[in-house]
Amino acid sequence: MSGGALPTQVGQLARRSVLRTLRQPAQIVPALIFPLFLLAVNSGGLKDATNLPGFPTDSYLTFALAVPFMQGALFSVMNAGTDLARDIETGFLNRLALTPLRGAALLSGLLAGAVVLGLVQAATYLTVGLIAGAELVTGVPGALTIVALAVSITVAFGSIGLFAALRTGSGEAVQSLFPVFFVFLFISSMALPLDLLQTDWFHAVASANPVSYLLGAFRSLLIEGWDLGALALGFGIAATILVIGMTAASAALKTRLVRT
Amino acid sequence: MTRNVALAVAWRSIHNFLSNPAFLVPAIVFPLFFFVAFAGGLSAIAGTPGFDFPSGYTAFQFVFVLLQSAAFGGVFTGFAIARDFEIGFANRYLLAARSRGGIVVGYTLAALTRAFVTWTVLTVVALVAGMEVGGAGVELFGLYGLAVLVNVAATLWAAGVAMRVRSIQGGPLMQFPTFLILFLAPVYVPLSLLSGWIHAVASVNPVTALLEAGRGFISGEPTQVALAFAVAALLPILFALWARGGLKRAEASG
Repeated sequence: MSGGALPTQVGQLARRSVLRTLRQPAQIVPALIFPLFLLAVNSGGLKDATNLPGFPTDSYLTFALAVPFMQGALFSVMNAGTDLARDIETGFLNRLALTPLRGAALLSGLLAGAVVLGLVQAATYLTVGLIAGAELVTGVPGALTIVALAVSITVAFGSIGLFAALRTGSGEAVQSLFPVFFVFLFISSMALPLDLLQTDWFHAVASANPVSYLLGAFRSLLIEGWDLGALALGFGIAATILVIGMTAASAALKTRLVRT
Repeated sequence: MTRNVALAVAWRSIHNFLSNPAFLVPAIVFPLFFFVAFAGGLSAIAGTPGFDFPSGYTAFQFVFVLLQSAAFGGVFTGFAIARDFEIGFANRYLLAARSRGGIVVGYTLAALTRAFVTWTVLTVVALVAGMEVGGAGVELFGLYGLAVLVNVAATLWAAGVAMRVRSIQGGPLMQFPTFLILFLAPVYVPLSLLSGWIHAVASVNPVTALLEAGRGFISGEPTQVALAFAVAALLPILFALWARGGLKRAEASG
């Protein structure tokens, strides 16, 4: 790879990242199927929750449709991290280190695959959800905002995957992060709105969990209408995670290149 | 001879499980996590019209998590079998053991031990969390008896897959059908409160009988006991045949 301008470097690595993602059905298929399966099961099994006083909609499918976007973002942690860990394990990163490639180009380029996967996932979840009968009160602009939010969260979570890969250098270690992230998802307002969580400690933890507000941003578009506060919170949390993830990944990259 | 082989295989598997935090911690933490997420996060479901489970939502979810941990204890033992084949250790078992059926029995004993560790922690946590238990000794024996049979069935299922695939890449094949059949049962509410396609599927899902019977046991109001034990006894028999086929494949592969 020639040491051209930053956009050229990013472009080259982005192309590789996107192609690698698209050529691995084992990465794409579970990321699409698993969240949709859980959506089907949960929207069927928890339909009666809509009878609870204060439940925001009479369609549990609409309420639950926010969850696949978050689960899809969790898969991006695994995919982005595992791909980079494989580059480390196979020595590809060491070879890149011999070129004039900038660290920013490497990290940004690697996230391109997560962007593409995020787009595919968001479009699939939304389309399947709407076909199955979910409501979307904000219409087409709302659908586009949902896709933008989903991609933002996917990229933000992907940056954490990059950090984990650079820090550990092991695909197995990155994979082991998956359950940890699932804890964040499960102990949130995933299944019921915050104000209907009756167990005190669970309510307290879910209220402090940023995932609850990311879900809230999706739900505002699906159920309530344009709630700029909820959207600002959702995009703001995604941006904060991205900044933290990229900063940590940059520091880990420097350490790893020094090690090699 | 079978007994000696089984005990040797079981001892090694149990030792690996108990001495390696990477195996021990997830086996204990994941069921607890599901229990916390379901019993804590969904407790408001107990307030929906028609939900009248006498021992409360914590006990209602405890039964599901107990059976789930029983099934996944078996599946994770299948992962260990697959790993043994990958590193060549299982082939040494096949060479050394005169009674090869004892190898499968040994793995099954290890899975049961693993499950007992998980169930002990899970039960203590549930009781500390205030779970109401309406059932008496015999009924609770019935509940844990069902869990034992589910664990044996899941181990034999996963062993059958592992001995056919002989690679950890067979993990999703062991895991996904188990996950699917568990979550297509009445997980969050009783069968009578389900409607639509999920009700139709749950009605014919054998796991539904196990769940309903287990919930009956814990609340002290036994229900569907004969059906549940018939299902729970039939599954290990079917999967023992499946595992025997897998063992023959592994033997034939050299």
